[in-house]
Amino acid sequence: MTSHAQSNLLHAYVDDELDLVRSMELEDHLAECADCAQQVASFRALRATVATPELRYRASDDFRARLMRHIERAERPPVREQKLRSLPWWNWAAAAACLLLAIGGLLLYSGSRPDQVLERELVADHVRSLMATHLTDVLTSDQHTVKPWFTGKLDFSPRVRDLSVDGFELVGGRLDYVDGHSAAAIVYQRRKHVINLFTWPAKSGDESPHATAQQGFNLIEWTQDGMYYCAVSDLNQQELGEFVELVRR
Amino acid sequence: MEASANSGEKMARFERLVLPHLDSAYNLARWMTRNSADAEDVAQEALLRAFRFFDGFRGEDARVWLLAIVRNTYLTWIRRQSPQQNATEFDEHLHTDLELSLTPESDVLRRATLEQVRSAIEALPPEYREVILMRELEQMSYKEIAAATESPLGTVMSRLSRARSMLRQRIANERRTEVKQP
Repeated sequence: MTSHAQSNLLHAYVDDELDLVRSMELEDHLAECADCAQQVASFRALRATVATPELRYRASDDFRARLMRHIERAERPPVREQKLRSLPWWNWAAAAACLLLAIGGLLLYSGSRPDQVLERELVADHVRSLMATHLTDVLTSDQHTVKPWFTGKLDFSPRVRDLSVDGFELVGGRLDYVDGHSAAAIVYQRRKHVINLFTWPAKSGDESPHATAQQGFNLIEWTQDGMYYCAVSDLNQQELGEFVELVRR
Repeated sequence: MEASANSGEKMARFERLVLPHLDSAYNLARWMTRNSADAEDVAQEALLRAFRFFDGFRGEDARVWLLAIVRNTYLTWIRRQSPQQNATEFDEHLHTDLELSLTPESDVLRRATLEQVRSAIEALPPEYREVILMRELEQMSYKEIAAATESPLGTVMSRLSRARSMLRQRIANERRTEVKQP
């Protein structure tokens, strides 16, 4: 080795993550290269300074006790009744009325589907993808790059469309794991709003688009030609609807 | 009767496998949110989610599994706090300058005070802060960090390398300004 060692390698060495052969190669290099040796010494010193138990926070006993109460309560299903029983009757009546209204609103809004677990998971995936570095595994605006990229990584081939003419820029694609199976996430963007289009083979027949909202995000899901689709975005519902129509064309 | 026996069993298993890692969960939440009130909120929500999804836990490493949940809970939380702001403010300037900077002396790093180290870690962008925490405070292997952050191993390695360079620079800078001040 004549040039300097790669910095990833130096760190892997400092962390004891190198295999024996590479570790010996690196040691040979360090014996000759004062710069790299100084880097290693400096990173070791940094590790010693940072890895101190004093910097580790501990959960307080108070928090621990509170958490246990919450978990125990979560374990017993009829939470709502227990909480409400201690309130005066008029409070209880008001709460019941609010609850009925809320449930009514929710049913109207979500088309009376009780199962929101999948939607929650998709929103969580969407949120995670918004971390700058998590958005795409393959970054390209070319549909002919995105589609082959998925091939070999999934047991199905998602349909990837270029919608940039219609104002929805194709950003790239990402592999995801949703609801216990692999999913393709095709990423689009309109203005600053990111749209994740999740898709995987459907278990049921065609279903027309169905809009819901979760934690401030809009979702539209449907089933078409044997594939399940769900578009998730903070984009307003109307524009997300336009997007869905374009995808469905 | 049967249901309550099952849920009692679930609780016992949860207490045995997951709760021993409560401090790790809280530590991560505390470093990511940077204050104790929010950390308790995030850690509590994460633990409740972990309990709810515990049936899906297949006996892998419980700490890695729990920390992945804490991390996702934090990401959801931070988006709720500031929906406009991107979760990571990327410091391009810092990245490009780093490679050119001089290697701080080991002595300088060794003599840093706890407070200086703490504020230097807190100043790291979140995706760098989390790898430093997992590596140095949780003593996790690269593979475990990759699993908990749901990132490829290569990403973990390059982030750790960047994170340490940034951290080293910040600590050295703080030491220097401290020395200059009378």
